[in-house]
Amino acid sequence: MNRYAIFLGCTVPVRAQHYELSARNVARALGVELVDIPGASCCGFPMKAVDAETALLIAARNIALASQMDLDVVTLCNSCTAMLSDAQVQLNVKEFRSKFKKLGMSYPREVKVRHFVRMLYEDIGIENIRKAVKKPLARLKIMAHYGCHYMRPSNLYGFDNAEMPHTLDELVRATGAESLEYADKKMCCGGSVLGIDEETAITMANHKLNIAHENGADGLVSICPFCTVMYEDNQRKAEARFGRHYGIPVLYYPQLLGLSLGIDGNGVGLKFNRIKPDAILDKIAT
Amino acid sequence: MIDLKESDPQFKWEIVKKEGGEGLLKCFGCSDCAASCPVRYFNENYNPRKIIRLTLLGLKDRVLTSPFLWFCAHCHACTERCPQGIRVAELINAIKNYAVDQGYCPEGYKMQLDLLLKMGRLYEVEDFDLKKRQRLGLPAIDKTIPDVARILEYTGILKVLQK
Repeated sequence: MNRYAIFLGCTVPVRAQHYELSARNVARALGVELVDIPGASCCGFPMKAVDAETALLIAARNIALASQMDLDVVTLCNSCTAMLSDAQVQLNVKEFRSKFKKLGMSYPREVKVRHFVRMLYEDIGIENIRKAVKKPLARLKIMAHYGCHYMRPSNLYGFDNAEMPHTLDELVRATGAESLEYADKKMCCGGSVLGIDEETAITMANHKLNIAHENGADGLVSICPFCTVMYEDNQRKAEARFGRHYGIPVLYYPQLLGLSLGIDGNGVGLKFNRIKPDAILDKIAT
Repeated sequence: MIDLKESDPQFKWEIVKKEGGEGLLKCFGCSDCAASCPVRYFNENYNPRKIIRLTLLGLKDRVLTSPFLWFCAHCHACTERCPQGIRVAELINAIKNYAVDQGYCPEGYKMQLDLLLKMGRLYEVEDFDLKKRQRLGLPAIDKTIPDVARILEYTGILKVLQK
């Protein structure tokens, strides 16, 4: 059985429990054990722009906790993945390691840090996922949104393709749904700019919502709570600002996968989706 | 207008010393970063190339006081395309870190720092949240993680809150 330490970060356990719930239930269905990390904190990313070293030390502490549990780490948020991966690299740099040690922390063995979705792709694999699907979502048209820190920077991750990513599309197709090819797939959601300039951030989010609308997507699939904040929580703002009506549901990938594995709506937390995916459920049911 | 009398020749060396700033001097101004930038695509006031050129020219005040320094989404589209191999997003981040050192920290970041100091996480975990988690069969989580405050004290970053 595959065992991993699950790093939740700040947003997921408080604001996106449906993401966490569906990830845990999908993991169980695929024979993956997720072990919680006692004492885990914020990943540190919010402090990176203020002081990179502070952010890296906060991140290093979190992966040290997983290291002490002798487990590799999976994360649910793209930015957590990037921050913890940065720290994992820094822990091999002598000066950083000595600062880390001065704080009384220990890192007994090197741990791998990966996004939960990357783990699904690499360790479970498309074939096994396809075999586990009980209810293929054959009629759905899904638009996969990767977010930035899932595969960029490529020198940090060495995974997927920074310009033309494909792994999430493959994972969407494994559920039986269609994964739409579309322009500007790697466009940023704008989440990092939201606190600095809302107008710019909403304009960025609107770009992809508009593409989803034009392509007749039944839903957008996200793998990061910040991207979901932009596309789901701020969809009304984008509609008001640009005089459009979208009404596009935004599902976390484990929610979509969970439905195809035969987990019911409660098991993937559908009632917590702000834009109700009723049309998706109708399509699946018929 | 650029007046080089305002130039601080030390500025670029200060940035080079910072984590992520090491690639600054390699920039030859090709503008691939600006052409790849999704923020610039929608808001032309943000231009990573311009920030890097002004930094190389030593125009410290113009860089540090510009609100647009903070528009970088850290998405790494530029990093992927820089023909000089500069980690452009990390370079911009190094300039942000320097700006904070010099007393230019956006209020939003100060608020986040304050939350991390108090709780070790950005969102308060209320009893309501814990009950909701319990109802969903999700494990309990810590309301506060005091070790984070220890790290913040150690690196000296809390001085930002006093300014």
